[in-house]
Amino acid sequence: MDKLINDLKVQIIAQLNLQIKPEEIGDDQPLFADGLGLDSIDALELIVLLQQYYKIKLSNAEDGPKVFKSVKTMADYITAHQPKV
Amino acid sequence: MKIYIRATGNISPQKTFGHQFLTESLEHTGDRLTCVEPDYKDIIDVKLIRRMSRIIKMGVASAMECLQESGIAVPDAITTGTAYGCLEDTAVFLTKMVEQNEELLTPTAFIQSTHNTIGAQIALMLQCHNYNNTFVHRGFSFESALLDGMMLLSEKEANNVLVGGVDEITNVSHSILKRMGLYKRENVSNLDLFIAKPKGTIAGEGAAFFLLTNESSANDYAVLDGIHTFYKPVTIAETEQQILSFLSAQLISINDVDLIIAGRNGDLKNDKIYDQLQASIFNNDNIVNYKHLCGEYPTSTAFALWMASNIIKTATIPTIISKRASKNKLKKVLIYNHYQNINHSLMLLSAC
Amino acid sequence: MKSAVFVVGVGAISAIGNNVTECLTALENEAAGIGDIHHLQTVHRNKLPVAEVKLTNEELALKAGLSSTISRTALLSMVAAKEALDDAAIENISSLRTGFISANSVGGMDKSEDFFAEFLADNTKGKLRNVINHECGAVTELVADKLGIKNYITTISTACSSSANAIFLAVRLIKQNMLDVVVAGGTDALTKFTLNGFNTLMILDQQLCKPFDENRKGLNLGEGAGYVVLVSEKVAASLKKDVYCALSGYANANDAYHQTASSPDGTGSFLAMTGALEKSGLQPSDIDYINLHGTGTQNNDIAEGTAIKRLFADHYPKMSSTKSFTGHTLGACGGLEAVFSALAIKHSIIYPNLRLETPMVDLPFVPERKLLKNVPVKNVMSNSFGFGGNCSSLIFSKL
Repeated sequence: MDKLINDLKVQIIAQLNLQIKPEEIGDDQPLFADGLGLDSIDALELIVLLQQYYKIKLSNAEDGPKVFKSVKTMADYITAHQPKV
Repeated sequence: MKIYIRATGNISPQKTFGHQFLTESLEHTGDRLTCVEPDYKDIIDVKLIRRMSRIIKMGVASAMECLQESGIAVPDAITTGTAYGCLEDTAVFLTKMVEQNEELLTPTAFIQSTHNTIGAQIALMLQCHNYNNTFVHRGFSFESALLDGMMLLSEKEANNVLVGGVDEITNVSHSILKRMGLYKRENVSNLDLFIAKPKGTIAGEGAAFFLLTNESSANDYAVLDGIHTFYKPVTIAETEQQILSFLSAQLISINDVDLIIAGRNGDLKNDKIYDQLQASIFNNDNIVNYKHLCGEYPTSTAFALWMASNIIKTATIPTIISKRASKNKLKKVLIYNHYQNINHSLMLLSAC
Repeated sequence: MKSAVFVVGVGAISAIGNNVTECLTALENEAAGIGDIHHLQTVHRNKLPVAEVKLTNEELALKAGLSSTISRTALLSMVAAKEALDDAAIENISSLRTGFISANSVGGMDKSEDFFAEFLADNTKGKLRNVINHECGAVTELVADKLGIKNYITTISTACSSSANAIFLAVRLIKQNMLDVVVAGGTDALTKFTLNGFNTLMILDQQLCKPFDENRKGLNLGEGAGYVVLVSEKVAASLKKDVYCALSGYANANDAYHQTASSPDGTGSFLAMTGALEKSGLQPSDIDYINLHGTGTQNNDIAEGTAIKRLFADHYPKMSSTKSFTGHTLGACGGLEAVFSALAIKHSIIYPNLRLETPMVDLPFVPERKLLKNVPVKNVMSNSFGFGGNCSSLIFSKL
């Protein structure tokens, strides 16, 4: 789980062109609004990130806010939904 | 009603950002003249920068510099000219689209590729709800933005307008334009642009913004008397006629012009028109070039306007522009440029 | 007394018709043009509905009198612009100062994206002729040359408000006595670039769009071109035909909220509509019909609706989104909808907003769901709101 969380942080930073280090993102830090300040375009980027790296398709965009609440909730979602290899 | 150029901001292949007027000259010996860019983190909020590709940063930074100099926080209108738009983002999106066969694409590059993103980002940063327009017409892009701005002032729809001209070179665009035969085959120094082998020009890029206003102040650069564009003239006589008519509408003759800034670009065919004009109506005139400093690109007249404004304000002509031009009287400056003999433009400036 | 500017010619081509008459017939018969993708070569065929013009490039080229190898954007533009000029029938046009102000969002991208596929593999490959007219302005020049217009030519690109801004600029150039006649409007062809781009934003409806419906899911992309011929009072007086209407109001404002989304309270839209009304000297209650921007996205329709609620409070005019017929034609929509606005005035009709089943809960008004004939249509407001917060409103008025 720790590796997943760390990988996610690196991927999020790269995908969203954030100018920060992985250590600067708290596991439970809110990603949107006041936390990291991400917006609706970033949410769309994260949906693609899930598909690209984890082969998970978020079919309902409205689930986005729940799934992408924090890196931890993303990791939980991935663990629960990742297709078995 | 007079239109004053109150402030400028310029990112170019010379050291022009920070209101430096060509005191130091930069030689480029590669295959293109790329801009000398500031550290954008000093000018633009880091959170906003991540959504800005290079051309947007160039446009936003030069617009910010211009506004700072003007003392105006939010302009009454913003008009921008860009012929190519946001090439980098366009290519990024196209590349992914092709390589990934239209799957798993992401929106950022797409939304950043729209031509009006530069003007829109400036408005967003300033929370400017006022008139905002973007012109994308080849060698008329900047001129159209300028005319729109001037019209808003004369219509009294605005007391001040932020007007800019922005274009970038990317590896992709350079490669394609080179295949079209626009550029010199071998690398030349920009300082040798007009004496090197005569076929082809050299690619350039830049972002220049101006604050135009109908209210004079102590620090204005110059008065923008007028602009005129004309399209695909058939003969040199027609070109001469257009130039003379423009001057006549400004109530002056060619002899009243103290300095002409001409758009020679080092290509024989392109420059033939300037040769012909120098043999006829531009005979006897003090003429300097500018494209050895900024290169050839559709909105290069924005650089020329910046240069003319500074020449009038400082009453000097830096040696990098010309060693021989007369500096005796620099009250009326005419800019004449054509882009591929399709888009011709004239701008007249006077000392305040 | 401010001088007036008149619409004296209209031209259009879209998914619902290859000329103005066909488009009008479709609007009157509630016949939308949205369906499967036929012309565009894309993986999204059979998945995403679009509003394609029902002609191949070869057929368009024949109509346009241009080569079929040039961009579809230019072909569409030529067909509609020529129709508008022919409709205006200005006999002495060669002695008048004439301009062409066109708009588009991605220029000749339909050809460039094919070029790019080959170029990416090997940068010496790809036919240069496919990319030589990539620029937005190049498309305009191809058509200007064919129409024989050269006094003033320019191109505007402000996403979905582009051609409304083109028309707006044309009016000002005539009022400033810089031009006598201007052909103004816009064009856009469907491209993989835009289809995929909008798809990444997840704002495309996988079914036919339902503008202003509570359960709307997004927009359908369309293609087409729409132009009006605008003239000064002096030129209008010299013409034999009646004018369509005057262009009495216009304004542009910026939402300055987000790169693509509109502010929830529709600030930019509100300012544009208010500005247009001020320019025209009309009151909100004078507007008989609003041709909505109405794309069918969650965001646009609530933002636009909220702005209308604020501005027209209690005097809601009739309104509809003709994008329910033509899809969202991006750079062309302002021009196309200007044509529809002029026709609404000329024929005293109000178009229906198709497929509206459940009115939006948060709005105190409902767009018209049926065609209305023989209704007084004196003043029409046409809205066009684009990415980058660029919002424009035009007002057309009967004489």
